[in-house]
Amino acid sequence: MEIQTRNEANATVVTITGRLDAVTAPEYEATVQQLIAGGSIRLVIDFAGLDYISSAGLRGLLVTAKLLKAKGGLVRFATVEGTVKEVFDISGFGSIFQMDATVAASLAALA
Amino acid sequence: MVMGTDTKCIAARVENLNGANEFVEECADLFGLPAKKKFGLLLALEEAFVNICSYAYLDGDGDVEISCVAGEDSLVLEMADRGKPFDVLSLPDPDTTLDIMDRQVGGLGIYFIRTLSDGVSYRRENDRNILRMEFRRSRENSP
Repeated sequence: MEIQTRNEANATVVTITGRLDAVTAPEYEATVQQLIAGGSIRLVIDFAGLDYISSAGLRGLLVTAKLLKAKGGLVRFATVEGTVKEVFDISGFGSIFQMDATVAASLAALA
Repeated sequence: MVMGTDTKCIAARVENLNGANEFVEECADLFGLPAKKKFGLLLALEEAFVNICSYAYLDGDGDVEISCVAGEDSLVLEMADRGKPFDVLSLPDPDTTLDIMDRQVGGLGIYFIRTLSDGVSYRRENDRNILRMEFRRSRENSP
């Protein structure tokens, strides 16, 4: 998995590519916790390059979203597609997160 | 048609997931499992593997024996450990309708295995826990 972050006008975009699994989820959690600690509490997670997610990956998303919510922050998930979308749907996670078709749509929703 | 059994023994540590994944993916490709089924197979593999790493050997180290059994129409994935007797299928399904703050992830792994496989069973044999997961090549998806 690779993680990249960039700051946009009204949010920080976190791009994750590859696999979000039991091996890589801790790195995702650490990165997002660092962002939150640094005061970035409006996040857009871009899933376009993510090929695979497991329950450990979902746990990482949930842990960080709860942390963000406790800090009064907001998170939106962009471009959740294909098999990753299927895992979201089976788990019911698709209905507990705010999802958008594109990063631009997520940014617009946070504006 | 390729038929037979391939087995690999891996130390039950989460960081060995990639090795387990490569082995099973190769079996799936040799068997010719369609992409969608292969995705389910590899997700089931991770969930079962991580369960064993997390719970089977609380007092020390142990191994996971992974077998891919290629049949005529299905690829069977068996995961065996020598931990204390535990039927992971006895866990209840998670409540997938709860709100974000109440949502727990425990039990989701086995729920994925149930949902994405074409059949799953547990047996205790020769002091080993064996989880058997079947993935059919054909389209139909039986419950």
